[in-house]
Amino acid sequence: MDHKNLYQEVILDHNKKPRNWGRLTDASHRAEGLNPLCGDHIWLSVKVDDGKLGNISFEGESCAICKASSSMMTTNVKGKSVEEAEQLIREFRDMATGKLDTGSEPNHLGRLSVFAGVRDLPSRVKCAILPWHTLHAALNAESTVSTEGDRDPVGATER
Amino acid sequence: MSSSSSVLKAAHPVAAIDVERIRADFPILNVKVNGKPLAYLDNAASSQMPQPVIDRFVRYQTAEHANIHRGVHYLSEVATAAYEAARVRIQRFINAREAREIVYTRGTTTSINLVMHGYGRQFIGRDDEIIVSQLEHHSNIVPWQMLCEEKGARLRVIPCNDAGELLLEEYAKLFNSHTKLVAVTHVSNALGTINPIKEMVATAHQQGVPVLVDGAQAVPHMKVDVQDLDCDFYAFSGHKMCGPTGIGVLYAKASLLEKMKPFEGGGDMIVSVTFEKTAYNVIPHKFEAGTPPIAAAICLGATIDYLESVGMDGIAAHEQDLLAYANDAFAEELKDVRIVGTAAHKAGVLSFAVKGVHPHDVGTILNEQGVAVRTGHHCAQPVMQRFGIPATARASFYLYNTLAEIDALVAGIHKVRKIFG
Repeated sequence: MDHKNLYQEVILDHNKKPRNWGRLTDASHRAEGLNPLCGDHIWLSVKVDDGKLGNISFEGESCAICKASSSMMTTNVKGKSVEEAEQLIREFRDMATGKLDTGSEPNHLGRLSVFAGVRDLPSRVKCAILPWHTLHAALNAESTVSTEGDRDPVGATER
Repeated sequence: MSSSSSVLKAAHPVAAIDVERIRADFPILNVKVNGKPLAYLDNAASSQMPQPVIDRFVRYQTAEHANIHRGVHYLSEVATAAYEAARVRIQRFINAREAREIVYTRGTTTSINLVMHGYGRQFIGRDDEIIVSQLEHHSNIVPWQMLCEEKGARLRVIPCNDAGELLLEEYAKLFNSHTKLVAVTHVSNALGTINPIKEMVATAHQQGVPVLVDGAQAVPHMKVDVQDLDCDFYAFSGHKMCGPTGIGVLYAKASLLEKMKPFEGGGDMIVSVTFEKTAYNVIPHKFEAGTPPIAAAICLGATIDYLESVGMDGIAAHEQDLLAYANDAFAEELKDVRIVGTAAHKAGVLSFAVKGVHPHDVGTILNEQGVAVRTGHHCAQPVMQRFGIPATARASFYLYNTLAEIDALVAGIHKVRKIFG
């Protein structure tokens, strides 16, 4: 696979200038996401009001794929209902693990389909999925997720 | 940082190895990655196997296989003889005094765990102390932590300086009447630092403390003489020295092996069994319960034949040339790339951090250029913590690597910087 498929302009841009960077002081839900194998480590905070995701922020240390995925996730889920966010989480996971072809099957991912290229890089799937794991954990009142072992809530290690 | 490779070459008193001829022995080096020639620079993780060793495996499975140390039939005797001949081969390679001081294990990790269970649990107790170093691989930390937890003992850590060299004055100060063992790596897998093991063993022995050496990154790359080092335990793996996975070695002085309890129980490690009492076999068989990886052990012997036919001094010199060339290239062309681990005495390992780019992104982009490096914490998180970084990219060299492959690495890093501009 050529890097042009993965390290696209939009991913590089979000890596360089992550949106919604920081921590909310008035968050209703928080979670920490950790990918022990490569050291991706993010903190996510989100304010859920009346079943809708309001402000959402993240910060941490991670590779470009994880940071861009986090950044684009925050811009995409802001204003959506919890159910819509959970649907995006499922679709993103399925795309990254090769179960959803965004080109031919209906989905709500839009620009997020730039991450489809990770399906060819099994070692990087977890980098892209980590923020989505973490959002799922936050919305379900789990404080920490890890992409290793039993605590892999969306099954990214199946491959 | 270092003198140029040509100067170093002239300074070596050993004959240069013929890399092109060596490369012809390694069929896997012909693999193409993303349509590009493979530059395999991940040898500290695992190395590739030459055709003579592959052939030895085929010959064993084709004409020699049976279980060992039992059965009086022809194949069992052939297999047993080959298995024990490989042990003698290993003994001579590291200059152990006797073949019974060579215990086959699954690899370095199992060797260290064997010492933890067989020696540590018997001779280390409450309030005792085990000295490890800042540079250890997790496999030379975690077993000792487990022992400490079980027994109420403590770990003490030899610190290192900013170059990644152990501070020997601090090491000497760690000893006290509670010190029961030193467990230290010969060569750091993450940084390449070659530790002064002989001197460190002497320091420990002055205090009457035995020393275990993790030699996983040393035996493949330099002549190791366990009698000269005078270490008490020495552990290494087959697959990092062009041999198979699933086989490793624990060297231990016979007097220690005699005192130690078996690690695993089962067949082959006994002389007699009744429900009342079992009598253990003699060393080293006491530590080799069950059917071992016979083919892998025999292939490890063939691997040593291969490495010695090339010459360990020539291999070490070649790796120093590659390291010097890489150091120069990084210093001239990649000034903002930080080299992590700059010890004066260093093996062919180059850990580096590209400013503003996570090592995993570096690794993915290098892979697209056919360049295989390791990225991450290298199972040495305390090393990463010491240098204040989560991870590095690491290129590690072996006998079949070329200057052109280092050029490919450097070009790949230029590409990384261009993409992340």
